[in-house]
Amino acid sequence: MRKEWTGFTGGKWEREIDVREFILKNYGPYEGDESFLKGPTQNTMDLWDQVLELDKKEKEAGGVLDMDTKVISTITSHGPGYLNKEKETIVGFQTDKPFKRALQPYGGIRMAVKACKENGYEVDPEIVEFFTTHRKTHNAGVFDAYTPEMRAARSSHIITGLPDAYGRGRIIGDYRRVALYGVDYLIEDKEAQKAGTRTIMYSDVIRNREELSEQIRALHELKKLGEIYGLDISKPASNVQEAIQAVYFGYLAAVKEQNGAAMSLGRTSTFLDIYAARDLKNGTFTEEQIQEFVDHFIMKLRLIKFARTPEYNSLFSGDPTWVTESIGGVGIDGRPLVTKMSFRYLHTLDNLGPAPEPNMTVLWSVRLPENFKRYCAKMSIKTSSIQYENDDLMRVTHGDDYAIACCVSSMRVGKEMQFFGARANLAKCLLYAINGGVDEITKKQVGPKFRPVTTEYLDYDDVMSKYYDMMKWLARLYVNTLNVIHYMHDKYCYERLQMALHDKEVKRYFATGIAGLSVVADSLSAIKYAKVKAIRDEDGIVVDYEVEGAFPKYGNNDDRVDEIARNLVHDFMQMIRGNHTYRGGVPTMSILTITSNVVYGKHTGNTPDGRRHGQPLAPGANPMHGRDKNGAVASLASVAKLSFKDAQDGISNTFSIIPGALGKDDRIFVGDLDVELGEDLEAVITDGAGCETASCGIPNLEEGLDRE
Amino acid sequence: MSFQEHSTNPCEDPGAVTGRIHSIETYGTVDGPGVRFVIFTQGCPMRCLYCHNPDTWDPKGGTVMTVEELLARYESNKSYYRKGGITVTGGEPMLQMEFLTVLLEEAKKRGIHTCVDTAGICFREGDVKFMYWLNRMLRATDLVMLDIKHMEDDIHKRLTRHSNGPVLAFARYLDQNGVDMWIRHVIVEGYTTGAEEQQALGYFIGGLKHVKALDVLPYHSMGKAKYKALGMPYPLEHLYDLPEEKAVAAKREILTGIRKKRAEMAKNS
Repeated sequence: MRKEWTGFTGGKWEREIDVREFILKNYGPYEGDESFLKGPTQNTMDLWDQVLELDKKEKEAGGVLDMDTKVISTITSHGPGYLNKEKETIVGFQTDKPFKRALQPYGGIRMAVKACKENGYEVDPEIVEFFTTHRKTHNAGVFDAYTPEMRAARSSHIITGLPDAYGRGRIIGDYRRVALYGVDYLIEDKEAQKAGTRTIMYSDVIRNREELSEQIRALHELKKLGEIYGLDISKPASNVQEAIQAVYFGYLAAVKEQNGAAMSLGRTSTFLDIYAARDLKNGTFTEEQIQEFVDHFIMKLRLIKFARTPEYNSLFSGDPTWVTESIGGVGIDGRPLVTKMSFRYLHTLDNLGPAPEPNMTVLWSVRLPENFKRYCAKMSIKTSSIQYENDDLMRVTHGDDYAIACCVSSMRVGKEMQFFGARANLAKCLLYAINGGVDEITKKQVGPKFRPVTTEYLDYDDVMSKYYDMMKWLARLYVNTLNVIHYMHDKYCYERLQMALHDKEVKRYFATGIAGLSVVADSLSAIKYAKVKAIRDEDGIVVDYEVEGAFPKYGNNDDRVDEIARNLVHDFMQMIRGNHTYRGGVPTMSILTITSNVVYGKHTGNTPDGRRHGQPLAPGANPMHGRDKNGAVASLASVAKLSFKDAQDGISNTFSIIPGALGKDDRIFVGDLDVELGEDLEAVITDGAGCETASCGIPNLEEGLDRE
Repeated sequence: MSFQEHSTNPCEDPGAVTGRIHSIETYGTVDGPGVRFVIFTQGCPMRCLYCHNPDTWDPKGGTVMTVEELLARYESNKSYYRKGGITVTGGEPMLQMEFLTVLLEEAKKRGIHTCVDTAGICFREGDVKFMYWLNRMLRATDLVMLDIKHMEDDIHKRLTRHSNGPVLAFARYLDQNGVDMWIRHVIVEGYTTGAEEQQALGYFIGGLKHVKALDVLPYHSMGKAKYKALGMPYPLEHLYDLPEEKAVAAKREILTGIRKKRAEMAKNS
């Protein structure tokens, strides 16, 4: 065994890359509570103050403090950058200083120029010239291949958010490999893979060999990145600080290369806990030191920044990087994958204060330890900064070493990747079906000239049959558009470092997505159960609808309409599956708009459910705002009827609740009156003990008086 | 207080017994322990000045639903209610005694934790028929949340248009029969803010052995919008939301009353 691995239980992972096996053989589940956690050190507080100061300056400067306009970002493009070299225990920035955004033109030079220009910077004209004349970008490649129909669908926004002008993201490198094996071994492994490719030079073999060469080159650069900071990551990490640093360098190298729509971290906490536990046992580090490393690591992740246009930021309501880290879950052997490190990660929300990034995502299972559940609930109530996903559901498909990319896309770390697919607007598609492919806003013929609905009142069977034809058209166009995009991205903006941290054989998910599900479900329900009159303009285009009578609405656990939603998802997924996908991608679908639903609403005319043009679509699989009348469980039940198999890339339901509605108001409520009524009244005030999750039921005042 | 009319014999087909329902809250976290399936029944004889659900008053309104329909809704999402159960509130659930009883009995058969949130105003100890149903109902009830509005009968009448006699009698009856209770009390400026009144309430509660919790709620004006929507004048137009500190102070006074009573009882025993 290598000396860096002393104390670890050996196995197959020693001889071949298998991080999962290493974890399962070496981690210890933690069932205790959070009392072991340590507060921030003075250095942590000093550094964070510095960050807050810079953050303030950035806001004052209008959202961007500094941008690189001359140096093209690569893994080794910049010298070292620090907040305060003496105080940082985990180092590395994307450029030579914090808050300076890198120049990343490979996704598209126009977007890079625009991002600079709109923030008041100008990209070096030589670079613009180079990427316009001499070096093609992903964006240029895509537009060379797009058909007129694709362009039309894109500008009418029936297909929207396509990653054709910027990095697609959504690929998670297994950054843990850098720590466990060291870069030298990873290079050796990739060299062996290259030596083992098939020998007849079909185009896929050529591509494979070229990509492996790029991966190897990227790994060499990763090693150099360490050297820039005076650190050697060619060998395995020998303690928790080195391990965190190695994981971070792996991630940093990825974001230096790629300005992806979502650059997620993976599932690192329980892996790192193995090092922390060994160091604690050997007395290498104290708990306080380990928390400091974690705090500094998370601080770095919070400072990941990309050059983006204000337009992009308005689509996503902020400046998101989606540094998603998946925490917890349960192993297939039944042991919870919760460790002290899971607590330490969440504890940064206390030590550094709440923040949206990194997007800490708890893989929730009914079998998580009670103490961890309680701690999550507590931190959620306190910080509103934790995302939850259903591990019991995803484990069945992905096993116990998957992670979430972006907000819901699940994939096995280092074994599966995703081609990000934006989304098709099914609400708009319904309007196209009614109007025979004519856009209800621009009045242009965007879709095929199918027969429009001609009756005054909409007939359910008539609309459905036309809608299904239009959906088939949309599915085909959508998948083909994505085929173009991913072909070009692989060609001109290949994620070589991230793919270097994957196995040789990678399963590629071909992600698609839909928007407007609840609008369509309610519209079809209105057509079926009420009477919907079409209002036409002078050209005979249906521009508005009058609904007469009541109809069941999605979000109330009412099968009449929930079935419509479920079938819609199933059937559209089938239509997607019926198309050829690039590189053998396995089609999946998501229902997950989080904030972009606002923009989609602007581009979708009046709909038969009574929604007005411009009104936002509901986010993800949510019911339309205010239409769920039976409380949260009924609303969730409607969403839960959608089949995961049909929407394997994730179903989101954005659920806001005032903390009081979770029943917490212990100042008003006095618990068990049988307790001896002593002098200290506070002693009998319940603190929620006995509640399973955040959803516990101690009477509260706001909700108690606001039942409706 | 009249009973609902029935077309079905509840003994023959309990699932088909119907009640008038105002609405359902599938994620109730403030009406009993755990996450609860909360059924708001339609109809209430009281006219509390601070009522925030005036749309539940009319006993002829609401939607007619069967016991089976309601329980099927519960069952379809029962995993959410593992540590909770069903709460029937209103309106005044005891206005539909047969329906309430059958609903709770059927729920109990399925092992569901049951809770009734009531003002107790329908209680009539001399009414044999009522008592028959009540005793059956209580056997199927795990917890009663009893709202005591005021100890002074005059003020109680001004506040609710009813005497508090039945309410207090109901509390005693529950206690004698060993039914667990949570007492709720709303603090309204000018009506229930007096320390004396609060201590009196505490003194009364102190005499009850089966009170498990006390829930003191500050008056809130969130009901205003509903009155407006219903075209009704809002009777407490002049009042602002009660600051939370006052509710905390009120709770202290009530606890003082409870302690006083308990101390007396300890001395006498």
